[in-house]
Amino acid sequence: MSQHTAHIEEHRDDEASKLGMWLFIFTELLLFGGLFLVYSIFRMQYPVEFRECSLELSVTIGAINTVVLLFSSMTVAMSMTAIQKNDMKKALLYIGVTLFCAAIFLVNKYFEWSGKFHHGLYPGSELMKLLDRGHHLYFSLYFFMTGLHALHIIIGMTLLFVCFFKMKKQSIHSQDYVLLENSALYWHLVDLIWIFLFPLMYLIS
Amino acid sequence: MANNTTHTIEYQSLSKTLLILLFLTFVTITIASVHLGAFTLAVALLIACVKSFIVLSNFMHLKYESLLLRILVGMVFVLFALIVAITFIDYAFR
Repeated sequence: MSQHTAHIEEHRDDEASKLGMWLFIFTELLLFGGLFLVYSIFRMQYPVEFRECSLELSVTIGAINTVVLLFSSMTVAMSMTAIQKNDMKKALLYIGVTLFCAAIFLVNKYFEWSGKFHHGLYPGSELMKLLDRGHHLYFSLYFFMTGLHALHIIIGMTLLFVCFFKMKKQSIHSQDYVLLENSALYWHLVDLIWIFLFPLMYLIS
Repeated sequence: MANNTTHTIEYQSLSKTLLILLFLTFVTITIASVHLGAFTLAVALLIACVKSFIVLSNFMHLKYESLLLRILVGMVFVLFALIVAITFIDYAFR
């Protein structure tokens, strides 16, 4: 009997899935890009009102969130390095730290938003209706853009959670980590958007 | 079979990148309180662009990716710059 070596040919193309992820990231960049464009046009028209509204935001919380996101971006990149070096323990630890940072970000966001809600400032509220056009536009853009960004944080966290459990089950490992890589790319995108949101929303002079 | 060819970036290089990013964040916040007039926004945006370039090239591994991907990413930013420019021209001459 002739013996054939069992040969399992798995069809995989990591380069292609990475390219696909990048194409998706392009659509995300243009989505936020469009919002930034709307923001800049209205800021040009209402510079004084935008300045006044930005004073309502806490630069400290914004700065803390910036540091937290930058740090989490580094830890997710480190988790990639760890998995490439076949160091599963470290890879899991770094993903855990990233998820912890994401949670801190969301808690800060919660306090920021609930403070505004307490003062009756939320989309569609009576106070919002009384505001003049410039102030109204700033807060509408603020809630929409930071809200959409927070939604992206939650999606990124979900992806990283999935990666965490797949790594525990060994279905993501040093020979096959493209899912972690794509999730990490998504997480960096979230960081990238915040790099622009922070100075534009919080630091207007 | 492993077919992922992503370059491995050392931990040290990643933490150095973070330090640079944190320094630039510090500069952004400090400059916002200094009066530079119309330049304040320009400086803030310039620093944000530098920061995103660092994130793209180091954290997102673009520095080590294929030329095709790097050109594609560059094109997206060129496209966005065009959209911004055309919209602003439209507003300026209305």
